[in-house]
Amino acid sequence: MAKKGVPLSEMATADTHGEDSPYFAGWKAYDEDPYDAASNPSGVIQMGLAENQVSFDLLEDYLEQHPQEFGWGCGISSFRENALFQDYHGLQTFRRAVALFMEQIRGGRTQFDPEHIVLTAGATAANELLSFILADPGDGLLIPTPYYPGFDRDLRWRTGVNIIPVHCNSSNGFQITLRALEDACTGAESMKVRVKGFLLTNPSNPLGVAITRPILEEILDFVSQKDIHLISDEIYSGSVFSSDEFVSMAEIVEARGHEERERVHIVYSLSKDLGLPGYRVGTIYSYNDQVVTTARRMSSFTLVSSQTQKMLASMLSDKEFTKNYLRTNRERLKKRYEFVVERLSNAGIRCLRGNAGLFCWMNLGELLEEPTVEGELSLWNLILHEAKLNISPGSSCHCLEAGWFRVCFANMSQQTLEVALRRMKDFTEKMKEG
Amino acid sequence: MPQMLLSRKAACNTHGQDSSYFLGWQEYEKNPYDPRTNPTGIIQMGLAENQLSFDLIESWLERHPDAVGLRRDGALVFRELALFQDYHGLPAFKKALADFMGELRGNKVKFEPHKLVLSAGSTSANETLMFCLAEPGEAFLLPTPYYPGFDRDLKWRTGAEIVPIHCSSSNGFRVTKAALEKAYQGARKRNLRVKGVLVTNPSNPLGTTMTRYELDTLIDFVVAKDIHLISDEIYSGTSFDAPGFVSVMEAIEDRQHVSDRIHVVYSLSKDLGLPGFRVGAIYSNNEAVVAAATKMSSFGLVSSQTQYLLSVLLSDKEFTRNYIVENQKRIKERHDRLVQGLRRSGISCLQSNAGLFCWVDMRHLLNSNTFEGEMELWKKIVYQVGLNISPGSSCHSDEPGWFRVCFANMSAATLDLSMQRLQDFVASRGGPNDGASGPRRQKKKPSLGKWILTLSSSDRISDRGC
Repeated sequence: MAKKGVPLSEMATADTHGEDSPYFAGWKAYDEDPYDAASNPSGVIQMGLAENQVSFDLLEDYLEQHPQEFGWGCGISSFRENALFQDYHGLQTFRRAVALFMEQIRGGRTQFDPEHIVLTAGATAANELLSFILADPGDGLLIPTPYYPGFDRDLRWRTGVNIIPVHCNSSNGFQITLRALEDACTGAESMKVRVKGFLLTNPSNPLGVAITRPILEEILDFVSQKDIHLISDEIYSGSVFSSDEFVSMAEIVEARGHEERERVHIVYSLSKDLGLPGYRVGTIYSYNDQVVTTARRMSSFTLVSSQTQKMLASMLSDKEFTKNYLRTNRERLKKRYEFVVERLSNAGIRCLRGNAGLFCWMNLGELLEEPTVEGELSLWNLILHEAKLNISPGSSCHCLEAGWFRVCFANMSQQTLEVALRRMKDFTEKMKEG
Repeated sequence: MPQMLLSRKAACNTHGQDSSYFLGWQEYEKNPYDPRTNPTGIIQMGLAENQLSFDLIESWLERHPDAVGLRRDGALVFRELALFQDYHGLPAFKKALADFMGELRGNKVKFEPHKLVLSAGSTSANETLMFCLAEPGEAFLLPTPYYPGFDRDLKWRTGAEIVPIHCSSSNGFRVTKAALEKAYQGARKRNLRVKGVLVTNPSNPLGTTMTRYELDTLIDFVVAKDIHLISDEIYSGTSFDAPGFVSVMEAIEDRQHVSDRIHVVYSLSKDLGLPGFRVGAIYSNNEAVVAAATKMSSFGLVSSQTQYLLSVLLSDKEFTRNYIVENQKRIKERHDRLVQGLRRSGISCLQSNAGLFCWVDMRHLLNSNTFEGEMELWKKIVYQVGLNISPGSSCHSDEPGWFRVCFANMSAATLDLSMQRLQDFVASRGGPNDGASGPRRQKKKPSLGKWILTLSSSDRISDRGC
């Protein structure tokens, strides 16, 4: 009889971390049999990871030309000063650089005050922090579906906060409607869950679409009327294919009054636009002083390495470099996206019309045996084991319509992408025959 | 009142930022000592930083430009690192860190990399362990006095409670079986379920290492109560004198069936003096804890750039061997300097053999043997003497009159100056009402070596007095 272990908390033993979902199961299959052009050409191609690898050469060139950005120079105090720096306000030069970078992404249409920037170890931490700050255990946050699977963990796990889905569907391109918002609120009320905020990802993950201005205005009106908070996760803002197609919540807010601003908080990170997830650089930009103060204090649990802050401060302040980077990165992503959509179209597969992000939202409804979650997961499994492609099933993103899949395209070489799309074509042809 | 309020966590003050510990920092920030530009400013003696051995690391960095420049054998590994966000951590770094932890313990214990969980500093590590081991409302027992930051780290977002294990000067603040039992029963009376004990060893703020006897007592206790034991060993590399540091991991070596409940916390912030790099770790033999903590570390991962640099540094055994010895030597020297300086002022401290601070006995300088008396004395020391030291009450000390004084975050000259100021202060004290603030203070002309702080000391007090 096994000895009973010393009890852990409910949090530690429950599965609210969400790691048992297919989103992560596919990763495991990939880890066990990863594709490599030379050494494992029949391995699984990872198309479930929203990473941006298309513009690394630009970063590497910059670093080669500016080697001094790495170290601490000759000044004797430089290293020790940096090593000792654990102030949760963050390095001022770095905060300024991040604010500047965010402004550049928005084409200078908005202003970000470095004093309102709170640094965190990645957007994962930023989102969790906001959930702790804006809601009590048992409260709810409204989130439009489909949404990034990680939110189930990031917003709920340690905070005890609930996610109230705002269901969107393909009848209008998955756009958020007032009706859906109201329905979600009514649902929350009936479950006696107090709604504290609305979290929007703009551009959307997994849809790959920048939210339009009218809808953003409508959302801000809605949260004002309900007197709740608004979190705008703009982590993919630099990945909109045409910069003028992105409208930041900051732009909407700047035209509004003080009280409305106080409810808006923007999340950003360098993980997607710059492709630096390993460096753990996230930020909360809030118009609300109390939120900024509290978030700063809480960021003690998740500070950004001062070494990393220092290294990136100069690079992000280099306007010449960032301007060129943002422009080139957008062009490359756009090209990739168009290539993927075209090839999928040749294979008879439709995608939602997207204009942003590192992925497309693909519809395989026709290939389902039954239009249910089970049907979708069974198809996903087939694609994983026969076509050897790890893509993300829409159900893991809480999509109510079966048959949609998120397919990432920026985390691999062009060659690998071609192999993947060929496999997809072969697979669908076989399915249609059979 | 609009509903758009913030959460209870945001509105409460469990973050502890209103405590005197932080207020002293604020005063220092307003008027920081600098030998050239502000020689009459406040000397920061409330910050447990280790600035004594940077030169060793700096010269290593100069000799290893590749590690700094994110190169391996000359080739940029920037891309690889930029993408690396695996919460299992960089294997090379975890191996180097595990080896380093073993080395710090004279290799009497071996740490295995797969039982290590990395976190953004020990601040994050301690909080994560709370999330893993306690439900909201459950309690951990902590010996007093303890690090003020624990109030925030262990309680704020977790909802856990801290119940003190009262330790006293009568036995050198040692943890006794009776004190443990009393704390446990006290928690029970408050209807608090106790989930574990958390100790800091070497102790902050005492600067002492736990005896083998104390460790055995602790282990017996947690086994008997079927609870956890967290040993925060963040100061393990600062032990500089006999009887030497014994890790809880060493103490359980010849015990059966206890390792599942023992967890160690570590960080490079004190031993290596790198608090800015945010490198902390949880070490546990309990697989379930490691699994849960690893997933939670997503909320506070260590920058891969930093992991890489430190993996090269800590893999250099010649460096680590030399660093450990030299660092301890310098800490001892500085410690002795402080102790002697205090002695010249007729002030003694708890005999200590570790840490970056001393636990100083100023009970005889109190106007009254109360915490009000302690605050009064503390304010004089901050505003009149110009030293920011930490009052025992901020560390939850049970006896008024003890202060934590740090010595490793300044030059020897600054330390000497601080001791001179203290000596002058003590020498000038006559009766109990001497040194009172107010108009008298303002009118006094400054003279070097005497009253350093002159202007607006009462202004400063009224600034704070809200």
